[in-house]
Amino acid sequence: MGSNLLNIWRRGLHTSSSRWQVFQTTTPTKRICIVGAGPAGFYAAQQLLKKLDDCVVDVLEKLPVPFGLVRFGVAPDHPEVKNVINTFTKTAEHPRLRYFGNVSLGVDVTLQDLRDRYHAVLLTYGADQDRELELENERQGNVISARSFVAWYNGLPGAENLSPDLSGRDVTIVGQGNVAVDVARMLLSPLDTLKTTDTTEYALEALSRSQVERVHLVGRRGPLQAAFTIKELREMIKLPNVDIRWRSNDFSGIEEQLEKLQRPRKRLTELMLKSLKDQGKASVAGFKQFLPIFLRAPKAIAPSEMEFSVTELQQESAVATSATERLPSDLILRSIGYKSSCVDSGINFDARKGNVRNSEGRVLKDETSGKVDPGLYVAGWLGTGPTGVILTTMSGAFAVAKNICDDIASKALDTSSAKPGFEADDKQIITWDGWKRIDAFETEAGKAKGKPREKIVNIEEMLRIAGA
Amino acid sequence: MLVINTCKIASRLAIRSLQLRSLNASRTFSTGLALKQKDVVNVTFVRANGDKIKASGKVGDSLLDVVVNNSVDLDGFGACEGTLTCSTCHLIFKTNDYEKLPDKPGDEELDMLDLAYELTDTSRLGCQITLSKDMDGLEVHVPSTINDARAA
Repeated sequence: MGSNLLNIWRRGLHTSSSRWQVFQTTTPTKRICIVGAGPAGFYAAQQLLKKLDDCVVDVLEKLPVPFGLVRFGVAPDHPEVKNVINTFTKTAEHPRLRYFGNVSLGVDVTLQDLRDRYHAVLLTYGADQDRELELENERQGNVISARSFVAWYNGLPGAENLSPDLSGRDVTIVGQGNVAVDVARMLLSPLDTLKTTDTTEYALEALSRSQVERVHLVGRRGPLQAAFTIKELREMIKLPNVDIRWRSNDFSGIEEQLEKLQRPRKRLTELMLKSLKDQGKASVAGFKQFLPIFLRAPKAIAPSEMEFSVTELQQESAVATSATERLPSDLILRSIGYKSSCVDSGINFDARKGNVRNSEGRVLKDETSGKVDPGLYVAGWLGTGPTGVILTTMSGAFAVAKNICDDIASKALDTSSAKPGFEADDKQIITWDGWKRIDAFETEAGKAKGKPREKIVNIEEMLRIAGA
Repeated sequence: MLVINTCKIASRLAIRSLQLRSLNASRTFSTGLALKQKDVVNVTFVRANGDKIKASGKVGDSLLDVVVNNSVDLDGFGACEGTLTCSTCHLIFKTNDYEKLPDKPGDEELDMLDLAYELTDTSRLGCQITLSKDMDGLEVHVPSTINDARAA
């Protein structure tokens, strides 16, 4: 008792600077692990590093190379969109960020292991699966997903052997989102405009032999529900040597509704109506055709055609009627949305929706209680579902990062004990310097061909160059 | 002239912004020497929570240049670096100022603005606005992204 009092008295005699030292040694570094080096991961990291000056952020990426859909999703003829890579690179080169490429959650490390090693784990590994039509014959050879087609021309490792059959005249894309339009543009663009992009060499070669002349872009609902954005449509309208053919029936009654629309929807609809008015009576000889088709729901798949139900709109939903239409379809591209996969059994995953159950980025404990699982977070498409442009993902990731900071401040998240962070075992880890070697190699390889880069597609080759 | 962060910043942030300020001061100063005073245009960015950030550029700079050159603390601003492929440099003008802008927004700019949060009739993309001397003293509002709104 007496010695205790003495100790307290002695402690009181310590100078403020020594007390500060004691305080510092008892406040361990806050360790946060981000799984997935795409836009959501980098934007969250940027925010965490800014708001928490005593944190270390480790980013784990399944592939050796970073940037997720900015590298593997954004269309090659949209290089400006990829300028965000400069911001991400600044974040990656922050002294308190460590990049671990070639580490796969659920394969090389378990979620439980990460949770033991970090105060917080933020899952941002995106959406790598696609929604299916759930039709018979969907597995037949002429049906592929737009996601895998995008992965193919963008050089995602594992997608290089897709060999889409471009020997037929008609392609039908089911879905009308921006991915669907990207795919249509890649199929219809003059090859010369793609040659100066970072489209993979094997895709350019296959596209050079393409016999595709008509691309149908089919949606269940009407023009007022079209999912593509106006920039993407304007590009299609401006595409050289491509005739855009709308169906005037699809637009009956649309002009009358213009006035009550919000500006974005109004401008998009006006552009469609203008394009419809501008289209000639007959198609232009020698031009390829882009054919947006509304109010058709997928019904059946046959070897070289696809059957659709004619739909009617009821409160903005498409309801199938008994009428049907068949479209010639040598190749069918399914583009009705992405979904995420569950890579570790410790993740509270909603298989039906294809995302992680969460409340504002805080992962929920289970399906029903609504209770938060402290220390586990989700951002980007894995949490929100696959919608929105990069701005959407950015705002969302910033908000989740803010929630992590708030939880640390309110002690909802316990950061009192030290955590070791990730330690690599035998597997080859790609550091940021390793990525920079890959980047330099790709850029150099592209130079000779007048391309911004020639992507390396083979993982072994990536590892070899990174390790050099 | 200087980046002045107002209110509600923790002391360490204040120290950091002081360092930033001196950095910017020297940068602005060095170009300022070569420039005549009449080429300097002062701009104030007003955050959703009312914070005002003063910065300056020179005639011919875009508002995005002003944000970048002064390291104005606006998260995610200018993601596509002024290439009209995103809407992260969305700014809202006062009606008077908006009407005085010499160039009306083109289709491509409007296309991007259509994807912005809190779109108004006086919204523009900062990368498309070129400073002229008569803009000196301009005040523009920065829309609250989800992030800013919650931080406010």
